[in-house]
Amino acid sequence: MAGVTTEKRARARPLSPHLQIYRPMINMVMSILHRITGAALYVGTLLLAWWLLAAATGPSYFDFVNGLFSTWFGMIVLLGYSWALILHLLGGIRHFIWDTGAGFDIGTVDLLGWGTLVLSVLLTAALWIYIASQRGWFSAWL
Amino acid sequence: MVFGMAMITPLKRARGLGSAHEGADHFLKQRFTGAANAILAAFAVGLIATLAGADLATVRATLAHPLVAAALLALIVSMCVHMRIGMQVIIEDYVHSDGLKVLLLLGNNLFAGAIAAVSIFAVLKLSFGG
Repeated sequence: MAGVTTEKRARARPLSPHLQIYRPMINMVMSILHRITGAALYVGTLLLAWWLLAAATGPSYFDFVNGLFSTWFGMIVLLGYSWALILHLLGGIRHFIWDTGAGFDIGTVDLLGWGTLVLSVLLTAALWIYIASQRGWFSAWL
Repeated sequence: MVFGMAMITPLKRARGLGSAHEGADHFLKQRFTGAANAILAAFAVGLIATLAGADLATVRATLAHPLVAAALLALIVSMCVHMRIGMQVIIEDYVHSDGLKVLLLLGNNLFAGAIAAVSIFAVLKLSFGG
């Protein structure tokens, strides 16, 4: 009996179809993005902790860190960080809606998926337009 | 009660903790901290966007306000609990070798704890220290 089992186990077992089989659907894409942005935010907390620590350390170190955040690379990272946060936050609200048992029909699922994606882009744009106006980046054109 | 279905003692059923002995603990914690994070992180993002490019004196004066400091401390604790549970789920989903899994789970706890410790210290120093 044991021999039979081992022999069977050695052969490739059939697997259930995975990612590469399915055409991407918005619900699946948003689910994957929710996990990816969650992991990205995990790493991103280093930036928040670093900024707070810099503020608690002293003026010269704070200026140094602020200077790094103000470079093009720094701002692209911060743009990504803010978009990840907003998308994950909206995704969380989507999950809260589902936690109540509501919104499980295909139409609502698709609407919630696209809605969070579109809203995350709009809110991120609004945030950075606000930052840009705060910092006077538009003054060159006005 | 149906006899055949009761593969669990009445006491176990009453405790409702299941095979992992933690019941819905992580499920509920992730939602409570998530709800808190949604409010507190939205506040923090708005605050930091307002402070973008400001000098240290302004930043210190703003972050040292009792309500602002309290909100930031609440966010740090809630956020670190949330991300610790979230990363634990990711590790448990993708890492199947026991040794590596234990190491990563340990690292996850250390990382979340370190972020919380450093951030809390910084906020308190901004409030109380010179």
